[in-house]
Amino acid sequence: MNFDFSDDQKMLKEQVRKFLADKCPMKVVRRVLDGDETHAAEVWAGMAELGLMGTAIPEAYGGTGLGPLELCVIAEELGRACAPVPFSSSVYLVTEAIKRWGSEAQKKAWLPRLADGSAIGTLATSEGPQAPTPKSVRVSFADGKLNGIKVPVADGEAATVAVVLVNSGGTGARSLSLALVDLTNGGVARTRVATVDPARKHAQITFSDAKAELLGGKGKGVQLLNELYDGAAVLFAFEQIGGAEAAMWMGRDYALQRQAFGRVIGSYQAIKHKLADVYVKTELARSNAYYGAMMYAEGGADLPIAAAAARVAATDAYDFAAQENIQTHGGIGFTWEADTQFHYRRSRLLALAIGGPTAWKEKLVTRLERKNAA
Amino acid sequence: MDFNDTPEEAAFRQQVRTWLDANATRKSDDKTSIRARVDDPELLKKAKVWQDKKAQAGYARITWPKEYGGLGGTPIQQVIYSQEEANYLVPLGFFDIGLGMCIPTLMAYCGPEVLGRYVKPALHGEEVWCQLFSEPAAGSDVAGIRTRAERDGDGWVINGQKVWTSGAHYSDYGIIITRTDPGVPKHQGLTMFYIDMKSPGVEARPIKQISGAANFNEVFFTNVRVPDSQRVGEVGQGWKVALTTLMNERLAVGTPAGGVDVDELLELARDTELEDGPAIRNASVRGKIAEWYVQSQGLKYTKFRTLTSLSKGQQPGPESSIAKIVAAPKMQDLGAFAMELMGQAGIMTRDVPGAGAFQQQWMFGAGFRIAGGTDEILRNIVAERVLGLPQDIRVDKDVAFNELGKK
Repeated sequence: MNFDFSDDQKMLKEQVRKFLADKCPMKVVRRVLDGDETHAAEVWAGMAELGLMGTAIPEAYGGTGLGPLELCVIAEELGRACAPVPFSSSVYLVTEAIKRWGSEAQKKAWLPRLADGSAIGTLATSEGPQAPTPKSVRVSFADGKLNGIKVPVADGEAATVAVVLVNSGGTGARSLSLALVDLTNGGVARTRVATVDPARKHAQITFSDAKAELLGGKGKGVQLLNELYDGAAVLFAFEQIGGAEAAMWMGRDYALQRQAFGRVIGSYQAIKHKLADVYVKTELARSNAYYGAMMYAEGGADLPIAAAAARVAATDAYDFAAQENIQTHGGIGFTWEADTQFHYRRSRLLALAIGGPTAWKEKLVTRLERKNAA
Repeated sequence: MDFNDTPEEAAFRQQVRTWLDANATRKSDDKTSIRARVDDPELLKKAKVWQDKKAQAGYARITWPKEYGGLGGTPIQQVIYSQEEANYLVPLGFFDIGLGMCIPTLMAYCGPEVLGRYVKPALHGEEVWCQLFSEPAAGSDVAGIRTRAERDGDGWVINGQKVWTSGAHYSDYGIIITRTDPGVPKHQGLTMFYIDMKSPGVEARPIKQISGAANFNEVFFTNVRVPDSQRVGEVGQGWKVALTTLMNERLAVGTPAGGVDVDELLELARDTELEDGPAIRNASVRGKIAEWYVQSQGLKYTKFRTLTSLSKGQQPGPESSIAKIVAAPKMQDLGAFAMELMGQAGIMTRDVPGAGAFQQQWMFGAGFRIAGGTDEILRNIVAERVLGLPQDIRVDKDVAFNELGKK
C-alpha cells in the first residue's frame, strides 16, 4: 500500500508552502482584495521563477515535465494561502485544454508562454446567472470570428489567452465547441465585474469579431468540457482542502486565545465539537482527493467518479470550515479587518468555479448508476 | 501512488494465503452466510479450534514477540493477515478483547509468573477474557466507577456491578477496575485486578437491547474474593493501568462489517417507486446518495492512508480517529432514509427489500454511536489530541470521591 505522495512531491509542497508564507502572507491577499491590481504580479513572477506554471507541461514545450500529482500539492498550498493569482484558470484549465486538444501550432504558440507565466489563460463558459448549456450559450463562432458576451470570466482582465465555450452552429449538445482566442488581438473588450471575492478579479468579456480557432474539434464542447472539469475537479479539491485546513487552524488559534465567561472559548464543547467536525470533513475530503489524484495521474477509468467525489467532499469541507471559522470568531470575524473573510469569500468562489456541489452530486450519482449498470 | 503491496508484503500475503487455503474454506459470495451468531456455543468451540490452529502457525498475534507465541511481525503484516482471513469462513471475534486489550495490559504490569500462566492459553483460545470497566453510573466517565474492592487479610473482596461486558457469560477471566479508596479524588482511588470469572459471587446476566438481541452482559459481584497476587499494577494506580487497556481498545474497535451501504441504497432506490416515479430519479434521493457515497469512500481511503503509514513503518496519523464519528451516524441515517423510501411498509422488518437489513442497521446505529466511545467523547478526543484544544473543565477533579454530589 503506497497511498501517499512521494518524498519529492512532499518536498515540492514544502517549498511552495515556504515561498507563499514568505511572499504571499494574508496582507498580500488583502492588498489585492482592497486594490485595483488584477492579481499579485510579484507572487506570480516568483512562482514563474520556481517553474510552477510549467509543472505539467512537457519539457519540449518549456515545462518541467512533471504531472498531476505535483500540481495537486501546489494547489493545496495555493489554497492554504488564499493566493491572489490566476493559477487555476491558467494551469488547471487552459494549459490542460491546450495540452490535450491543441494542434501542434497551438501548443507551440501557447505552452511555452503559459509555462513561464508570460501568458495567462482563462476559461470562459458562463453567460450570466444560469448554467451554460446548448440552450443558453449565445457566444457564437463562425468563419473564425467570435461574437457575444461572457460573464463572469475568472482572471479575465489579466488573461492573454482564453478557451471559450461557444455555439458553433447546429442543434443540441453538438452545437457547442471550444474555441481558442488570443485576447491581445482586436475585438476583445473587458470590464471588471463586482464579485464576492475581489482577491481574484473577474471580468465581463465582449467579443466583437474576435479572431478565434476551434480547439479539439467542432461540436465536442460539452464532452471536452466535462473531461477537462474532471481533472480540474481534483486540483480544485486540493486547493479547497488547503483553504479548509487554514480556516480550521485560524479558528482553533482564535479559540485558544479568546476568553468568554471566564475561560478560553476553545474549552467549550460547542466550539470543540464544531472544530472537530471541520477536521472530520477535511480529512474525508483529503482521502477522496487522494484517490482522485491517483486516478488523474494514471488516467484511471474511475476518474469521473473519483473526481466528482473529491469535488463534492472538498467543497463541503471548505464551505463549512470557512463559515464556522467566522462563527468561532464571533463579531470580530465579521469585520473588514479580520482575515476570516478571505476564506469565506474564496470558499464560495471555488465552490462555484467549475459547477457547484448540487451539479457535482448529480454527476456523481449518474456516473455511479452507469458503473453499476456496466 | 498505488494500492500495491511491497515485494515483502506480497510475499507475506502469498504465504498467508497458502496457509489459509490449506487450513480453512473460502467464503462463498453469499454475504448472508457469514452472519453467525456470536453466542452460539458450537461457534465458540469452533472458534477455539481455529484460534489454536492460528496460534500454532504464529498467526494468532502477529505483532507479538516470538517469546509470547507471536510472529515478531509488523502491524502491516497483521493487517494483511486479517484482510486475507476475512475471505475465509472462519469463526472470529471471541478473542479480540482478551488478546487486544486484557493480555497486553497484563504484559505491561505483571511478572513472568503471571504471563507464563495466562498468555499461552489465551493465545491458543483455551481461555477467553473479558474487560470489566463500564458501570451503570460510569460510561463515558469511566473513572467514576463504584465497584468496591476492600482489603481482607492477604486478599480483597469485590462488591458491585459492571455493565456492557461483551462475552462475560463465556469468559474464563476478566480484568476489572475497582475503587479501593473512596476517600480520595476519583482517578486516584482505583485499582485493577484480574479475576476468575468462575469465582463464587460472580454472576453474568445478558442485557436485552432495543434491537431485541443480547450481545452484552451486566455482571454482578457479591463478596467475590481475589488474592492480592491478582492485582495488576499498584494499589491506587488503576487509572493508569486502565489507560493502557483503553489505548489498545482504540486500535481494536473498528467499523462493523457486512452492513448495508450506498450500493444497497442505490439498488433500493432503483427498485422503489415513489409517487412521482422511481426513487432514483428523485433529486433529493440522489443528493443523499452522493453525500453518503462520499463519506463511505472517504473512510475507505482514510483507512488506506493509515495502512500506508503502517506499510512504511510509521505511526498512523490522527486521521484514523474520524472513522467511527462518520460511520456510526451514517449507519443510522442511511438506514432511516432507506426505510422512508419503502413508505409505510418501512416499519416492517421482514418482507421488505433487503429483508430487514436497513431496519436492523437503523436500530444498531443507535447503539454504535455509543459503543466504544460516544460521538461526543470522540469529538472531544479529536478536539483535544488533534487540534490541541483544552480538556473540559472537571469540577470533580480535586474532590474526594465519596464527597461528590453532596453539595
